[in-house]
Order: sequence, then C-alpha cells, then structure tokens
Amino acid sequence: MNKTVNQKAWFLVLPVLALVSFSAVIPLMTVVNYSVQDSFGNNQFFWAGLEWFKEMLESERMWNALWRQLAFSAIILAIQIPLGIIVALNMPKSGFWASFCLVLMSLPLLIPWNVVGTIWQIFGRVDIGLLGYTLDAIGIEYNYTQNFYAAWITVIVMDVWHWTSLVALLAYAGLQSIPDAYYQAAKIDQASRWAVFRYIELPKMAGVLMIAILLRFMDSFMIYTEPFVVTGGGPGNSTTFLSIDLVKMALGQFDLGPAAAFSIMYFLVILLISWVFYTVMTNMDKRDGV
Amino acid sequence: MTDTTTSAPGSASIPGRATEAPIAARRKPPIKGAAVVMGLYLLFLMLPLYWLLNMSLKTNAEILGSFTLWPRDLTFANYATILTDPSWYSGYINSLIYVCMNVAITLTVALPAAYAFSRYHFMGDKHLFFWLLTNRMAPPAVFALPFFQLYSSVQLFDTHIAVALAHCLFNVPLAVWILEGFMRGVPKEIDETAYIDGYSFPKFFVKIFMPLIASGIGVAAFFAFMFSWVELLLSRTLTAVEAKPIAATMTRTVGASGVDWGVLAAAGVLTIVPGALVIWFVRNYIAKGFALGRV
Repeated sequence: MNKTVNQKAWFLVLPVLALVSFSAVIPLMTVVNYSVQDSFGNNQFFWAGLEWFKEMLESERMWNALWRQLAFSAIILAIQIPLGIIVALNMPKSGFWASFCLVLMSLPLLIPWNVVGTIWQIFGRVDIGLLGYTLDAIGIEYNYTQNFYAAWITVIVMDVWHWTSLVALLAYAGLQSIPDAYYQAAKIDQASRWAVFRYIELPKMAGVLMIAILLRFMDSFMIYTEPFVVTGGGPGNSTTFLSIDLVKMALGQFDLGPAAAFSIMYFLVILLISWVFYTVMTNMDKRDGV
Repeated sequence: MTDTTTSAPGSASIPGRATEAPIAARRKPPIKGAAVVMGLYLLFLMLPLYWLLNMSLKTNAEILGSFTLWPRDLTFANYATILTDPSWYSGYINSLIYVCMNVAITLTVALPAAYAFSRYHFMGDKHLFFWLLTNRMAPPAVFALPFFQLYSSVQLFDTHIAVALAHCLFNVPLAVWILEGFMRGVPKEIDETAYIDGYSFPKFFVKIFMPLIASGIGVAAFFAFMFSWVELLLSRTLTAVEAKPIAATMTRTVGASGVDWGVLAAAGVLTIVPGALVIWFVRNYIAKGFALGRV
C-alpha cells in the first residue's frame, strides 16, 4: 500500500508512546543506573563506571548461562519448526475435524506457564507421574532432578509440547492461504509431493514461518517459569538459563550492579538477533510487494 | 474413519471419499497417514493434560498409594476445596480482573497507533515501530526488579492496575503489530470515501473502520488475553495479597504434610478452563489470527 506522509499521525501514536515509555523506558533507565553504580547499602550510591560490565564479561557464570541458553534455543527451534510444519501439512483442511484439531492444539498455549511446569513436574515423577512411572517400569533410569540428560530432555520435551502448536498453527494459516489453482497446476505438471512442498507450500509459508521463528526465538530466549518450576535450574546449574540466573542474582542475592549489567547485555543479545530476523522479514514483505 | 456428513463443505478437499473402489483405494493411504500423524501429535499433547485431570479427581491417598490410570475412588473434594475457600478462588478473580484490564488498555492505545502505522509515513515511523517491538523482546526477568520499585514508588504495588500496566509492556507492541497487519488489508479508498461523505475521523474509525477489522481486533484481544493470563514472573513480583494471581496462589499447596497433589492438580485444571473457553469462541479465527493478519 502506498502510504502518504502525514506528520500528524504522531498524535495517534502518542498514547502508545506514553504508556510504553512509562512501563519500559523508566524501568530500563533504573537498570542502566544500577549498572554503573555501586552501593554499600543505605541507598548511598557512587559511580562505578563500567566495572560491573567488565566483571560480568569475565564471569564464567554468565558465559555458561549464555551458552546453555543458545543451545536450548537452537535445539527447540530445530525440533519445533520442522515438527510444526509436518503437523500443519497433516491437518484436516476444513470441517469439524479441523476445528477439533485447532482447539485441542491451542490448549497448551493458554495454560499459565507455571502450570505447564507443574504438569510436567507431576508427569515426570517416578512415583506418581505417568511418564516417569512408565519409563521406570520399562527399566530406563529417569530422574530429572538428579540426572543432567533427563533434566535437559524433560525441559526440551516440555517446551516442544508447549509451543509446537504455535508453529503448526502459523504454518497452517500459511497453507490455508494457498489458492487451489496452485495445486491443480502442480497436478497437471505431475509434480511430486516433495516438489509441491518445496516450490509451492514452503515459499507461501515463508512469511509466517519467519514470524514463528522470531516469536519462538524471543520467547525461548527469555524462558524462566517452566524450567524453574520443573528443575529449579538444576541439577547443579545444568538448566540454569539466562533469566533464571538473572533472577537468582537480582532478587535472590540482591547483587544489583552485576545483575543490571547482566540485564543490559542480555537484552542487547536478544535485540541483536531479533533485529536480524526482523530485517529479513521486512525485506521479504517488500519483495512480496505488500 | 467415520463418514460424517457434517464435513460436506470441506469434502471437496478430500476427493475420492464418495467415489468407489479403485480411486478411493489409491487416495486413501495419504489420508490415513495424516490421521495417524495428527492422532499421535494430539495424543502427545493430551496425555499430560489427562494425567493432571486424572490426578485432580483422586484422593491424595490414591495418588500416593497406588498407581492407577483412572480414578478408582472418584472424588470432587479437591475442586470443592478450591471453590469454597476465598484465598483460593480470589486468585482466579484477581487474575481475571487484571487480564481484562490489560486487554482493554492494550486495545485502546494500540488501535490508533496501528492505524497510524498502516496508513501514514511520518518522521521516525520505522524506528518507532522497531523500538515498540523491542519491548516485546525484553525479558521480563530484566524488568522484575525495576517494576517493583517503580510501582511501589507510585503507590500502585499490589493493585490490579499495576499488573495490567506491566503486562502492556509486551502486549501493546504485539497488538500494534497484529492490528497493523489486519489494517493493511483494508483498502485506503474506504477511508477516503468516508471523509468525502463527511465523516469525522473518530466517527469513521468507530463506525466504519473497526467493524471492518473486527476479526483483527478479536485476534489482538485473544493474544493480549493469552500472554497476560499465562505470565507469572511480573504478576507475582508486583502483587502480595490483594491482587495475588492464581498462579502464585498455587505455590501454597506445599504444606507441613508435604504437597497436596490433588488440590494442586485441581487448581491447574481450573486455570486451563478460561483459556479453553476463549479458544472455543475464537476457533474460527485461530488460524488466520495466529498468522497475525499477514497471510
């Protein structure tokens, strides 16, 4: 759409600007404030410069949390995106069963995150949970509070359970928008199933898949509640992701300076990666001539 | 496969269902494959939920004493505990209050802004749009402590409005994003015609434009509801007693005698109900909605 230049449009944006400034800029400035100051308590602060940033950059704890976080996000994206596409391709196209699948698939998305954690915590318990009990009964040693691999697998399966539907629904929406004529043309050309997927369905889904990747990346990078409820960041620190570590530091140990410096760097990493996704996405929008 | 006639409008997409042997035989395997994949996936989704429901209908003695696939000693006592104890059910009311407030605030501010972004170029529009999105990317963990201090200093700590405002941080950018996508699909000629007909901007916006993007508004509301309902970190940090959300109340079940599993499971099941109801109302828009209007 060709937009006209109109500076008065700013007035329409003002309410959003005011609201988001209040709930984002002020808190963010507080964080910046803490990150460059030190305190001996009593609300007396003095300038610390970039001390905290230096300390955090050298701290092994932060780097470990960052690598764990990146690994987690990469793994869940690598599972959820293909699985979501597969599910979307196999969904009924219309009618009662389509609604049925849509409603059931959306269910996990609307469960409060700590309840998701609770569900899996119970489900994986060896004494009272179906999954834990079954695995134990067939002789697989499974204990997500003690075993490193069990903890990671539980957290990943939980996230796949929780969020694959989002990817699937997005992909499904992309598929729904493909006109029937495309498929008929493919049939006339005797295109293989793979060719139909590769040259018709995938390009048409590209836009929504980018949204899916962007949303899933952002949210998995900020994940806090679910693993915290299930594993509490353990065993040891093996499932302590960035947010868990940050909350531990800020609200648990009250190390405001380092936590603030940590926050800012954390935010910048998300911003950087999301900016790349966003640029790719807007370029794709432009190319499609929207 | 039951041959339901209710799927008549969609039967065109499954050719060969009505026709006889040879074609049907050739076409059937892919349909069956799809059903198997969907069946397995839905089974994977439903099993943990079933287990929660199953536990919520058992007594604690049965949960801990024996391993049963369905409740042998069916009881609704766990639900009764929650629905009769004010400290339990007030959690649900608190959550619903701040979620509804959040949806109202989000839509009110996001609608005009999305209109501006979808219709006009103005100074700094692209930067502003990305800056808004960055707030969606901000980890709540970063904001927990500053929010606590900010809302304490303006005397809003432990009120519903504090949580509603805090959740605007990520809901408003998303709503602007979604609505902008839907508004782009409305041709600009409609605006112009309305102005020629003598409509003022507010009147045009409410009477003509909003009905046109009703499904977009529904979707934005759905997302605002969803993310506000499921969030815990901020709502827990910003409340103590008066506005405590149900999700935070659930940690109470750890008592002196261990965890009250039955009540915990029942509380979990009850937190799923509002979401399920909302899904049921928007089920026909879900697919398009999840694509944020960009299909």
